[in-house]
Amino acid sequence: MAAKKTSKTNVSKDDLLHYYREMLLIRRFEEKAGQLYGMGLIGGFCHLYIGQEAVVVGLEAAAEEGDKRVTSYRDHGHMLACGMEANGVMAELTGRSGGYSKGKGGSMHMFSKEKHFYGGHGIVGAQVPIGAGLAFADKYLGNGRVTFAYFGDGAANQGQVYETFNMAALWDLPVVFVIENNQYAMGTSQQRSTSSAEIYERGRAFGIPGEAIDGMDVLAVKAAGETAVAHCRSGKGPYILEIKTYRYRGHSMSDPAKYRTREEVQKIREEKDAIEHVRDLLLTGKHCSEEDLKAIDKDIKAVVNESAEFAKQSPEPALDELWTDIYAQAEA
Amino acid sequence: MAIEILMPALSPTMEEGTLAKWLVAEGDKVSSGDILAEIETDKATMEFEAVDEGIIGKLLIAEGTANVAVNSAIAVLLDEGESLSDAASPAQTAAPAASAAAQTPAAPISASAQAPVAVQVVEHDVPAGTSFKSLTVREAIREAMSEEMRSDETVYLMGEEVAEYQGAYKISQGMLDEFGSKRVIDTPITEHGFAGIAVGAAFGGLKPVVEFMTFNFAMQAMDHIINSAAKTLYMSGGQMGAPMVFRGPNGAAARVGAQHSQDYAAWYAHIPGLKVVMPYSADDAKGLLKSAIRDPNPVIFLENEILYGQSFQVPDLPDYTVPLGKARIWREGNDITLVSFGIGMKYALEAADQLAEMGVSAEVIDLRCLRPLDTATVVNSVKKTNRCVTIEEGFPVCSIGSHISSVLMQEAFDYLDAPVITCTGKDVPMPYAANLEKLALVTTDEVMTAAKSVLYR
Repeated sequence: MAAKKTSKTNVSKDDLLHYYREMLLIRRFEEKAGQLYGMGLIGGFCHLYIGQEAVVVGLEAAAEEGDKRVTSYRDHGHMLACGMEANGVMAELTGRSGGYSKGKGGSMHMFSKEKHFYGGHGIVGAQVPIGAGLAFADKYLGNGRVTFAYFGDGAANQGQVYETFNMAALWDLPVVFVIENNQYAMGTSQQRSTSSAEIYERGRAFGIPGEAIDGMDVLAVKAAGETAVAHCRSGKGPYILEIKTYRYRGHSMSDPAKYRTREEVQKIREEKDAIEHVRDLLLTGKHCSEEDLKAIDKDIKAVVNESAEFAKQSPEPALDELWTDIYAQAEA
Repeated sequence: MAIEILMPALSPTMEEGTLAKWLVAEGDKVSSGDILAEIETDKATMEFEAVDEGIIGKLLIAEGTANVAVNSAIAVLLDEGESLSDAASPAQTAAPAASAAAQTPAAPISASAQAPVAVQVVEHDVPAGTSFKSLTVREAIREAMSEEMRSDETVYLMGEEVAEYQGAYKISQGMLDEFGSKRVIDTPITEHGFAGIAVGAAFGGLKPVVEFMTFNFAMQAMDHIINSAAKTLYMSGGQMGAPMVFRGPNGAAARVGAQHSQDYAAWYAHIPGLKVVMPYSADDAKGLLKSAIRDPNPVIFLENEILYGQSFQVPDLPDYTVPLGKARIWREGNDITLVSFGIGMKYALEAADQLAEMGVSAEVIDLRCLRPLDTATVVNSVKKTNRCVTIEEGFPVCSIGSHISSVLMQEAFDYLDAPVITCTGKDVPMPYAANLEKLALVTTDEVMTAAKSVLYR
């Protein structure tokens, strides 16, 4: 286990490039989504993940095939990171038939059974017991899988989170509780909403181990994810990762974010940005050149532009879709 | 002074019990707090303690006697030095259990009463030659769960006190022994949390049966029932849903006050994505619950504490199922349609008896399932009878009856000879006082008043 802590110097070039691509894809995708929202092509609520990319990319690097994930409404990054297609996600944002939910779910409600992504939940905190329930099923079926249940610092004050901690610990459920602490529950800072400075420490009351991690460092996130996953997979029960991160944009597209200063956001962007961090490692480690990275940027841009095009071209759902998928039919 | 020791009521709904065992003998001296007997209620075997001190003069009820009515004398306690002959002989020993089923046929109600009509009871829809066995609703629900758990490894039961305690209402009695703690799971008292976990387990490939100790507590879990279980199939474009059952007692029990006495039928029936079942009889409870567990959708299965102990004839078949979404015609009739479900059926059937005495032939429909709702059966019946009264225990505003009434106006307006009357519980929180509680609930008399009104009698 000692060798587990990946030092920043011995990470492979391929891994670094992979994280770079994945994080950049999420950022560019979200920027494009913001643009389409401004154009009126995406409606309703749209919560962007910009700034938090290292969290999902680091944890997906610690996951194995078949592991599950479930999250809140700020879910685009999680979907891209677990391998769902940009086209299908963007087309869902525009409410088109080519979307993952045929246009019937929207930004906050998307799923992929194939990629073991169980939503996309619009009610703050509801995904936490659902995540524990997925882990309950895995333990019942004895398939060795682990579930990542993501939630924010805001959701961490919901009672059901602690109901779930209690049962997950009582029944040794293989679930990693991932607190994505971006410091603001919509417009309320952690200081104004949360009695504990370190949220993960609340797990101690239930005997659940946990730790705080710098969420702007994808390598640190991956290393912590590996520790958590190993703990869960070995049958020792749940684990809490409080990942300190930051969202650059407002809570949703309609949030003017007046509760924090422009300087605060700017400072983190300049000093802590997760993508810049990996970019530096790639360049200073002489893994690749500026030109190589530019080529990657270009590829990513192409993927994102294609998804936007797909999301515009994909037809709206047929009108009879209003009446489908309300009830599942029994298998004959 | 000799004191009569009376059969105690040991649960809100207990009307009679079995005197399982005497732990004292005649001549024994007892002090307050001594255990006198073991009494079996429909839910549990309870120890019964002495309140007064004295000497057991006579045991009036032999141990093993069943159906001993609450408040009937079961023993005589004497003072020191007093003999049995000194004591006045107890006035009423072992009064017969007040049989809830014994309905005194009402005298003809109006002067214009006609000759009684014959009651057309509709038989079970089962293969010819099927034998029947008598089961309580409680046993029927247990059989349904056990049979489904035997045939499908992914079905499991979770809830408060379902395992070690053997069920708060003894529904799951013996199931822990048969299926083990992996599949019969005691939860902490945490409805919101365990309902969410069960939804997650359903997403993850299991078929949970979630028992709420009562549906009053399910309000804590409402977000997961509605937002997580009912809507996910739609929100995922058909990719995944929640094949699961939420079940437990619903509606008024007896004397448990406002927070424990509410009928949620109309609440759940409002939600697309849910199926809602509310059986009356044991055979339907069994057949419908088996179908509910197999159904790939979230099903709300509303039981009734007062019905748990009532017995019905259940087809003795290895796999008896009843399809969801089909009403049951209990009696055929031509003059009026009575539509009900759950415990409301008791009042509907009683009223039908009284109407028969008046020469009125009532058709009685048990909806059984409130979503999907079999409106066709109701509409077809009303086209024949031209009159309808609905009966339910829930609140009147936006009730199931209101909905039925609206459907009839839209689909059978020209057939109606009178407005539809909806008999419901009163529009008040359930009071505790016995007389007020009685007033708050729907009664057979109210059904009769409504029926006579639509019959213009």
